[in-house]
Amino acid sequence: MMGLYRALLHVYPASFRAEYGGEMEAVFRARRRDATNLLAVLTLWIAGFFEILFNATAVHWDILRQDLRYTVRMLGRSPGFAVTAILVVALGIGANTAAFSVTDFVLIRNLPFPDPERLVKIWQTTAGYSQMEFSPSNYRDVKRMSNSFEAMGAFIGSAVNLVGQGDPQRVLDTEVTSDVIPLLGSQPLLGRVFTPLDERAGAPGTVLLSYQLWQSQFAGDTGVLGRKVILDDQPYVVIGVMPAHFHFPSAEVGLWIPKQFSQREFEDRNDNYLEVVARLRPGVSLKRAKAEMDVTMQQLRQQYPGENKNTGGTVIFLRDELTKKSSLMLWALLGASACVLLIACANLANLLLTRSLGRQKELAVRAALGAGRERLVRQSMTESMLLAVLGGCLGILVALAAVPLLTKLVPNTLPIASTPAVDFRVLIFAGLLTVITGIVFGVLPALRASGKGDMNALREGARSGGGRKERLRAALVIAEVTISIVLLISSGLLIRALWKLQGTDPGFHAAGVLTMQTPLPMPKYSRTSQRAEFYNRVLTEVRALPGVTSAAYITSVPMLWGGGIWPVSIDGQVVERTATHTVSMRYATPGFFSTLEIPLLLGREISESDTVDRQFVAVVSQSFARRYWPDQSPLGRHFQLAFHDRMVVGVVGDIRVRGLEQPSEPQTYLPYQQVLDGNFLFYAPRNLAVRSSGAPSSLAPAIRRIIRNADPEQPISDVQTLEEIVESKTASRSVQVRVLVAFAAIAFLLAAIGIHGLLSFAVSQRVREIGVRMALGAASSDILRMVMRQGVWVALAGVVPGLALAYVAARLMEALLAGVEPGDLPTFLSAAGLCTLMTLVGSFLPALRAVRIDPMTAIRAE
Amino acid sequence: MDKPESLLPLPPATFHILIALADEDRHGYAIIQDIAARTNGELKLSAGTLYRSIPRMMDQGLIVETDTRPAPELDDERRRYYRITPFGVAVARAEARRHAQLVKMARVRGLAPEKA
Repeated sequence: MMGLYRALLHVYPASFRAEYGGEMEAVFRARRRDATNLLAVLTLWIAGFFEILFNATAVHWDILRQDLRYTVRMLGRSPGFAVTAILVVALGIGANTAAFSVTDFVLIRNLPFPDPERLVKIWQTTAGYSQMEFSPSNYRDVKRMSNSFEAMGAFIGSAVNLVGQGDPQRVLDTEVTSDVIPLLGSQPLLGRVFTPLDERAGAPGTVLLSYQLWQSQFAGDTGVLGRKVILDDQPYVVIGVMPAHFHFPSAEVGLWIPKQFSQREFEDRNDNYLEVVARLRPGVSLKRAKAEMDVTMQQLRQQYPGENKNTGGTVIFLRDELTKKSSLMLWALLGASACVLLIACANLANLLLTRSLGRQKELAVRAALGAGRERLVRQSMTESMLLAVLGGCLGILVALAAVPLLTKLVPNTLPIASTPAVDFRVLIFAGLLTVITGIVFGVLPALRASGKGDMNALREGARSGGGRKERLRAALVIAEVTISIVLLISSGLLIRALWKLQGTDPGFHAAGVLTMQTPLPMPKYSRTSQRAEFYNRVLTEVRALPGVTSAAYITSVPMLWGGGIWPVSIDGQVVERTATHTVSMRYATPGFFSTLEIPLLLGREISESDTVDRQFVAVVSQSFARRYWPDQSPLGRHFQLAFHDRMVVGVVGDIRVRGLEQPSEPQTYLPYQQVLDGNFLFYAPRNLAVRSSGAPSSLAPAIRRIIRNADPEQPISDVQTLEEIVESKTASRSVQVRVLVAFAAIAFLLAAIGIHGLLSFAVSQRVREIGVRMALGAASSDILRMVMRQGVWVALAGVVPGLALAYVAARLMEALLAGVEPGDLPTFLSAAGLCTLMTLVGSFLPALRAVRIDPMTAIRAE
Repeated sequence: MDKPESLLPLPPATFHILIALADEDRHGYAIIQDIAARTNGELKLSAGTLYRSIPRMMDQGLIVETDTRPAPELDDERRRYYRITPFGVAVARAEARRHAQLVKMARVRGLAPEKA
């Protein structure tokens, strides 16, 4: 029975147990002896049990209070240390919490729909395109033939002009089939969602509002249901409002209208514009759905061998609807912030270790007086925990401030809000991080401080700081150097990638060009001549503005829109839809090439005389000409594009249509007037581009006035310079690079402090030795070399594994490097160089101090 | 060292332990037994309460552990003996004075029995 009591005593702190356990046991035994009957024994045990629980808690609390008091006193005595430690922890935890909140939001958390793991997207595939939109007829067939899906729906993103609610507005909308919102599992906040009745051709227009648009344009008015709004000149009735957290397919979408298919849309199996979303049946795996899709598409290939040649299908989770680059960027960010925290921990461990070495005599005295190992560990842990908790609280504030800076890293391809929320998950993460941090940088010094053999410290004149400890401290500093090298090289490579991309020649000159969108509503402008009138009026007046050197309208200026990809055939050959036969198609007014300064290499540009009753012509890019007529003049050659024969009249330089990172299809530019009434309305030029000799943005008010005069109902949106458009293509990269560089700089600084601290301490421990050496005739340069050598060794030991690790890290993020070699020599050399410099700077002060040691004083101190 | 008054009022257990040690050095169980005997068994200090008080009282300088042991035949090797310090005596006196004054005040208002 006494064994049980002894076991219960383990609830007490070990030191207390060691001190009084025996006594308490003796008391209990005596009590037990005095208890005469069973009831008394039973009472004794029950009382004993609760008494131990209560008192043990009280003892733990007493010790904690005592340790906290001691810690606060100690920290108060060195406020510089305390503040530094708290700031370093705050930075580390803040960086990690911010990085985690974005990563969690984008990569880890479930999508905000019921059973999100069953939501998938379905894409057509064809040679050269791994994800391509569906054509309506293929969509209809796949939907009919598949069994893996509980429901399937299609949608198309576009933008409409919303008129009648204040200023005319350009709003992103999505046309959805009636299956889409129910299959996502979402309910409207107000009103109803679409039914099959809404999508019948000719049904009255209905519209669902996003919560955000409802708030901003309709002031959150609950009477909005049944209200009529004008979208692109068509009347629509508001039938519902979606909840605030509903975003589909992305946070930018402001309203949804039903997709009404016309019979004509099912005619061309190669007109691909539908995105398809579906919900897997319960129990059906993605693999099975994919296998079924392969079979279905094979049947469709056999049924339509011409149109569906090379066509396949693929199914991916809606969750994975983001580029490898986006997710890599976030993982890299998280990894980098973890590195910063590790270095911060190593540095703090070192600082605490130094202090504990300084306090070694005191601790040895305490140990000799009976303070057990456990008490000392506890004391040390209390100190690190207090610092960690204070740092953690501050770190959460750092994270709150930092998260909004990282929103550029949230990809707009996911149905989630555009700004991550700092919620309880994130707070739990920060809390865990704090505890781990406290343990990590507290436990080493604690174990060291209480290590055996400390009695040496009591010997008068003993050199405090044994060899083992110095090795441990050196190992920590080496680890810091290693990690900071990895961070330096990673961010260096990403900077190189960014520079390389920003240095990419897009094929046009962005500086000095202002762009804006004035999408003409249909059917108001469905006749080509109506549009021509609008363009001519606007362009004539804009060109007359002071400072304007040229202006033009085009379907879309480069890098705003990657669509408009069409297959081309030469001399009536069968169209094969593969990447080697597609081009980017744009309608443009005269003056486009001079506005963007795209060089005209051969022939002429688009002219006002290229009207619909003349020979259809086209200006093509150099790569287009080279693809079909290598070594021959392309002028006067014919090709078929978008159901028409067209003749090449000019050749211009290639431009990057899809951004700086991807290569582009060859480009074709068609005259804005050579289109039949009511055809290709989607391609009607909507981007105005204006080149001016002055600051382009200053033109905006005057241009707005001109457009308002031409058509008061015409909304103007996306007023931005072409430079801004080009820059936005690398914006998420810039953010990531800036954050990484900041991390690397912090890591670097911490490592430098680490080296400095290590050497300073080493020098202070070796004052006597150095004094003796100098007395024996060692020159200052010898001493200097001796100290510096130690620094260089530490740096080398850190740099060499760091270089290897950095290479591994670089290979992992190769997709982010935009073609920069993972082993890029200049980056590696400069990182190694920087590190050497850091070592020299970090070692210099301690070395100088060593040289200044007066041998007489040093030896006399003996 | 602090003034004796700075520790007042004493927790009851602490006061009892000081009283128990006033006449002779005792080990832990002896303290518990003495308290029980003086209070007619009403207050039975638990081992936990006792040993939680003892380190604090030693920290405060009220008691010390003593090296002098009784005759070996009476001693259990494990037992530790505690002795009240002069400061402990002063504190116990101050506490007793405090209680006496309280009782006097209560008596004036008829809340306590007259002196026997």
